[in-house]
Amino acid sequence: MRYFANAPADEKAMLETIGAKSIDELFASIPKEIRFNGKMNLDPALSEMELVQFFNELANKNTYTNMTSFLGGGMYHHFVPSHVDQLVLRSEIYTAYTPYQAEIAQGTLQTIFEFQSMITMLTGMDVANASLYDGATACSEAVLMADRVQKKRSKVIISGLINPQFREVCDTYMSHLDLQVVTIPQDSSGRTDLAATVEAIDDNTSCVLIQSPNFLGSIEDVAAFAGVTHKKGAMLIVSMTEPINMGLVKSPGELGADIVCGEGQSFGIPASYGGPGLGFFATRDKFVRQMPGRLVGKTKDVNGKDGFVLALATREQHIRREKATSNICTNQGLFMTMATIYLETVGKVGIKKVAELNLQKAAYLRQKITSIKGVEIPYQSPYFNEFVIRVRKPAASVLAELEKKDIVGGLDLGRFSDDWKNDILVCATELTSKADIDRFVTELEVLA
Amino acid sequence: MYPDDLRYSEDHEWVRLEGDVATIGITHHAQEALGEIVFVGDLAESGDEVEKGDSVGSIESVKAVSDVFSPLTGEIVEGNENLDDSPELINSDPYGDGWILKVKLSDKSELEELMDSAAYQEFLKEND
Amino acid sequence: MRKLGETGLKISEPVIFERSRPGRFAYSFPKADVPEIDPSEVLGDLVRDEVPGMPEVSENFIIRHFVRLSSWNYGIDTGMFPLGSCTMKYNPKINEAVARNNGFLASHPLAPEHLVQGNLELLWRLAEALKEITGMAGCSLQPAAGAQGEFTGIRMIRACLEKKGDPRQVVLIPDSAHGTNPASAVLSGYKVKEIKSGPDGCLDPKAVEEAMDETVAAIMLTNPNTLGIFEDKIKEICDIVHAKGGMVYMDGANLNALMGKSRPGDFGVDVLHMNLHKTFSTPHGGGGPGAGPISCVAELEPFMPTPVIAKDGDVFRLEFNRADSIGRVKGHFGNFGVLVRALAYILAMGPDGLERVTELAVLNANYIRARLKDTFHLRYTGSTMHEVVFDDKIQKEETGITTMDIAKRLIDYGFHPMTVYFPLIVPGAMMIEPTESESKESLDAFCDAMVAISHEAEKSPEVVKEAPHLSRIQRLDEVAANRNPVLKWQPE
Repeated sequence: MRYFANAPADEKAMLETIGAKSIDELFASIPKEIRFNGKMNLDPALSEMELVQFFNELANKNTYTNMTSFLGGGMYHHFVPSHVDQLVLRSEIYTAYTPYQAEIAQGTLQTIFEFQSMITMLTGMDVANASLYDGATACSEAVLMADRVQKKRSKVIISGLINPQFREVCDTYMSHLDLQVVTIPQDSSGRTDLAATVEAIDDNTSCVLIQSPNFLGSIEDVAAFAGVTHKKGAMLIVSMTEPINMGLVKSPGELGADIVCGEGQSFGIPASYGGPGLGFFATRDKFVRQMPGRLVGKTKDVNGKDGFVLALATREQHIRREKATSNICTNQGLFMTMATIYLETVGKVGIKKVAELNLQKAAYLRQKITSIKGVEIPYQSPYFNEFVIRVRKPAASVLAELEKKDIVGGLDLGRFSDDWKNDILVCATELTSKADIDRFVTELEVLA
Repeated sequence: MYPDDLRYSEDHEWVRLEGDVATIGITHHAQEALGEIVFVGDLAESGDEVEKGDSVGSIESVKAVSDVFSPLTGEIVEGNENLDDSPELINSDPYGDGWILKVKLSDKSELEELMDSAAYQEFLKEND
Repeated sequence: MRKLGETGLKISEPVIFERSRPGRFAYSFPKADVPEIDPSEVLGDLVRDEVPGMPEVSENFIIRHFVRLSSWNYGIDTGMFPLGSCTMKYNPKINEAVARNNGFLASHPLAPEHLVQGNLELLWRLAEALKEITGMAGCSLQPAAGAQGEFTGIRMIRACLEKKGDPRQVVLIPDSAHGTNPASAVLSGYKVKEIKSGPDGCLDPKAVEEAMDETVAAIMLTNPNTLGIFEDKIKEICDIVHAKGGMVYMDGANLNALMGKSRPGDFGVDVLHMNLHKTFSTPHGGGGPGAGPISCVAELEPFMPTPVIAKDGDVFRLEFNRADSIGRVKGHFGNFGVLVRALAYILAMGPDGLERVTELAVLNANYIRARLKDTFHLRYTGSTMHEVVFDDKIQKEETGITTMDIAKRLIDYGFHPMTVYFPLIVPGAMMIEPTESESKESLDAFCDAMVAISHEAEKSPEVVKEAPHLSRIQRLDEVAANRNPVLKWQPE
């Protein structure tokens, strides 16, 4: 095997030094009755050539990638500049370990520091961590953190319009706690019902969790939610699946959020069938000791040279064990690096440009669809790059027809609620061309 | 290093009684074992009722964290606010400016269960 | 004196924000091909002026920035990385290539199943392989990393016991366990009870028997344990736990020592996680991503996270409706890109290759033990599997040099340090795991360096105490970083 280093003679010499006759002797500590003596029933080894062929064949079965897609709903197709991938293919970046040995991990540490800095800038918050697994787990960690901060409160209020997967993961992570969970319904504008939220918040409420833009693509009135939440001393968590919006839309931090978290895949990372992306997580300084995940801080070495180290590590499992703020160890380091390169590439001006492009494409798509008879746009709220359209037949059947024209016409919301069975969530990004949109609209018109 | 006028617990806290209020801190040995202290957190608040053995705070160095256990039962009357900005006081002056909490005792007899300086030093030797 | 140039090969590089100048840019987007609107038409007063502080640099700055930063890092491709428990093995390049196939990268996780059959087949094949390697009936690829696998597994045990009528309250964890174990147990709603390791560093069946009662939901153990020793009473321990209605969770961090030699499913484990970024060669990426699939016995299979990948004839599909499932632990299907790489590794190895991986990992660890046993103290002397844990007892007593000093001095010799001060049952632990990737030459060079450092400790201890000397940066002030944390860049 080409990944093994030694020749038979080396092995022989090593066994001699050890004082063993055979390699098998080294396994003598495994009791005979639990030794596996057969051969594992696995496919025989493939050469590198065969591997390429094997994976090509599998990838070719994904006919999706040859189609025109309007899918969003949690992960997004964006343009990734070539150098993002070229840079992370440097061995010193992708074959490094977690930067516990600071003297030989300054590259990783400084990258994390820059990432943390840019996440605070984008979200309008004070402090951000070095990433969590994904948006769904970041959201769950946010609820758990609010529960730690608000020790004596046990009610959690969650918008019914956060991404359904975020909600499912939250439910799993909250299941061991004795929490009262209240779900807030949507209002007629496709946003979380503010009046119902006000009614639900009480002195026992630890946090209110909303998503903006929400699962229907509508931008929530974050400031209003912050007002009603803080009035009762609770914390406002704002999650999101499409963080590019923050290049153009006022940040949740500016509008009063206490925790901002979400999925960072849009920052230079391909959708890659749902992962890896990264979870980002930001909060206020006063809560930093309750934060989950790794943090990097700036300091100096013995010679007075600037450098970076892991900071506030006593929050973490390897030190505080069962009292840690989270069980997370491995995070999404390499994809955080990709996000960092991406964000530095688009920079202050580009983040706004790409956000504007998304909005322009979505606005055009929306305007074209408005002209189709039989297709309705049910919600009139601010949006970013996705929104809901309502058709006269079940969404699934319309989407199936569109597939015949090589169009994946969005996400069938009927998968998530019977109330939405005629609804399709459509998304346009900077990658969506006018020609794509025109063709989609033409085909939709025929079907509707 | 272990003043004679204090009492000591097996969890390495010291106690100084003035009237019915006990001042609590951690011993020289404990601060040395922890190393340079960077943060004092989770301190019990004034008015909290605590039982002997309850965790009333935590002390952190860079790579370790240790709970502070109340050596006595009573009501918290004051926490050392200077530790917020200067946790290193626990290193530099553990029995003075590095005090942690003041507790109004409900049962002075609990004090008898704590060690005097000589007994504590013997305890340290045994557990070395 | 003003420095000219960029000071040799250890080039300084400020944080990117200090390179920022208005007017520099690295982005390249086309003009909108649709009629443009004013964003405020849609967003009203929610339009943001700018993101203050974001850098403005050109592409050339970004390239040099990251190339320079990367040169301050040590990776597996730089040299030997003997981090115990972390299994820093070679990351094959073909894995990177196949994972970047556009058919995978450009596929959307919400695409209809019939349009992504390749992805589903890939997931199914990997799950089947992991079941076979661990001797288990079910496998979920959803957990994003080892710690999440632990949470998933313990949560499944909880759900299973709950269904039987009582989730119980306690999880037993040996004192030699990874810190994630107790943290994951607590996250699943359990109290942790620590079990003291026996005098040989292994779990004592008697201690387990004493701790085991009807309040105990599970034991979480690691095998081989964190000393690199196979728990030879494992079967007996599993029987004790099962007899009282408890279940056995195995931390599979050390699966690299078992493949083809012994299977957790055959020695009584009910559920375990695997770290694909350890045993199955996917890159650590400077901290992640990993993947922490779990595999489990048939009894626990109904409780796995949803969705589960199923196969009907030649068609693959996702099962969402499973009444007993614990629900989701992560969005979508796990860290898919990591799963692609792991399958590439398994296929490149085949069954014989994987068994050989185990053999060579164990041979290499035993070779290091043989070469260093006369220089460093070995607290626990049981048979070494894939890693060996020495400590600093001799050097500390004779010269005052500690494990941390030795670790830092190794950097000057061109090696990444070993894992230090873990497991906690070995004071001053130095946990060394060479993996199968290392050649005899590199093992010899490492052992020579360790012996040389021990000599230095006697003759010139200050050289060791002040190490590293040859890295770009020397020991950092961690106390200042924690007393007054500076966690982001701010304009001066």
